[in-house]
Amino acid sequence: MLEVLLQPLQYPFMLRGMAAAVLVGIVCAVLGAYVVLRGMAFFGDALAHAILPGLAVGYLVGGGAREPLFWWAMGTAVVSSLGIGAVSRTARIKEDTAIGIIFAGMFALGIALISSVRSYTVDLAHFLFGDVLGVGTQDLLLTAVFGGLVLVVVFLFYKEFMILAFDPVLAATLRLPARLMDNILIVLIAVAIVVSLQTVGVALMVAMLVTPAATAYLLTRRLWKMMALAAAIAAVSAVIGLYLSYYFNVASGAAIVLTCTAVFTIVWVATSLNRRIRAVAR
Amino acid sequence: MAFLDRFRNPNLTFLAHPHPHSPDKPILKVEGLTVEYDSGAALENLTFELQRGERLAVVGPNGAGKSTLFKVIAGVLRPSRGLVEVAGHEPGGHICIAYVPQRTQVDWSFPATVADVVMMGRTGKLGLLRWPTHHDWQLVQQALDTVRLLDLADRQIQQLSGGQQQRMFIARALAQEAELILMDEPLTGLDSRAQEELFSVLELLHSQGVTVMVALHDLKIAGERFDRVMLLNRRLVGIGLAETVLNPVQLVDAYGSHLRLLPVVDGTLALGDSCCDEGEHDHA
Repeated sequence: MLEVLLQPLQYPFMLRGMAAAVLVGIVCAVLGAYVVLRGMAFFGDALAHAILPGLAVGYLVGGGAREPLFWWAMGTAVVSSLGIGAVSRTARIKEDTAIGIIFAGMFALGIALISSVRSYTVDLAHFLFGDVLGVGTQDLLLTAVFGGLVLVVVFLFYKEFMILAFDPVLAATLRLPARLMDNILIVLIAVAIVVSLQTVGVALMVAMLVTPAATAYLLTRRLWKMMALAAAIAAVSAVIGLYLSYYFNVASGAAIVLTCTAVFTIVWVATSLNRRIRAVAR
Repeated sequence: MAFLDRFRNPNLTFLAHPHPHSPDKPILKVEGLTVEYDSGAALENLTFELQRGERLAVVGPNGAGKSTLFKVIAGVLRPSRGLVEVAGHEPGGHICIAYVPQRTQVDWSFPATVADVVMMGRTGKLGLLRWPTHHDWQLVQQALDTVRLLDLADRQIQQLSGGQQQRMFIARALAQEAELILMDEPLTGLDSRAQEELFSVLELLHSQGVTVMVALHDLKIAGERFDRVMLLNRRLVGIGLAETVLNPVQLVDAYGSHLRLLPVVDGTLALGDSCCDEGEHDHA
């Protein structure tokens, strides 16, 4: 048994991948609490997809080097997040429609750019589904720095973000700078998405933001507990997912997301049953 | 950490700009207030004053602009025209106003305990980057004690009854150290016992000099429990003592076709449609 657990860890790339996946899982899960509570899942999904053209340009400019990719993705993410935020606030069309238009357009632009390169399918797959086992030391460092930054900001503005999620009118009567705080939250989501790109990729990103947080939501009744539990669920799912990926030769991002989904399903069934049993007992 | 301390002082952060109060001014002064939405005017040319410690009932049909009026006073909504002054200053700088939302507009499944929600009221006084101290938790406990919810402090908010939920928001207003509390239809969906408990809390607020403005549908309660009544239907139909404001002519003026007046032996009988007492209405 011990052998089964230890064997994959003798490879440095496995260790780095696991560290990155756990880190990313924690960051996304904590921030995901707000995504779940404020109903921003579609926004998160759209933003992840909207980064693709930035990745494509970074790829074309840097010839496949990691670092330009990261910075191009970061720039695109921050700009598109604020752009989507602004359009959805001012446009006469409904918010989800505005998000849908921008996200599909950006995603198409990304695919168009990448398809102009010869090794199109392989590279596109990496962007879409991640490549956690290709995480280098430098990548890990960037992930740790920016992921840590996200966590620090979430910690510092804990009470303000909580009020904005629960009662925007209270935020207004208390004269909190709601617009600024909303933009900070949006940028945090953008940064979390960028640091997660290598782990799960663009297409599955939203699962990291939403699934562990939603699982914790079913089990807790205080915000900080929801965040802590979501982080724990995400970290454990990341580790289990990578082991599954190693032994069953499944794509790592998909394995992590599937583990998160399985945990959610179990918790959801258990809490639903529990509620029904209690209702009957009463 | 001198830099941080300066940042933390709520008077200096961009979070709060507390205006000094002018104690000789009325707690609320509204002059020529008009609010226009794309769909038309929600409030037209309102003028009235509210004295410190007064209890005002605001009545009127659905869509009369009660919620709009409250949001303008709270500083959430900007008026199209006119003047709103709280204790002699614009509402934009005040955190002494508390708004108690309609129960249907609250996400009751939010992961927060009763104490958590009451603590939210302290945020304005705390300022940025500062965590609640022992003193703040004590104030929260006091506020919960005042509204008799102390034993439910650790409950998730969904587990409260309707009346308890209203009293929780009053506790949050107390924790906020609010001097003007705006309550949007707090009686909706409450049974008479819960209403009675709410009124005993309001009585306590009154004795502490807190001013309250309450939107209501029940004209009888408005007349019995409040110092003055405001009759609103986009414009101000009347404001003053219930006996003078709630007369048949003005009631028809405010409620229009929703009201039938029947002459009976000892006066006039006003029959309103009861649609408004069921709750679950969304107000513009």
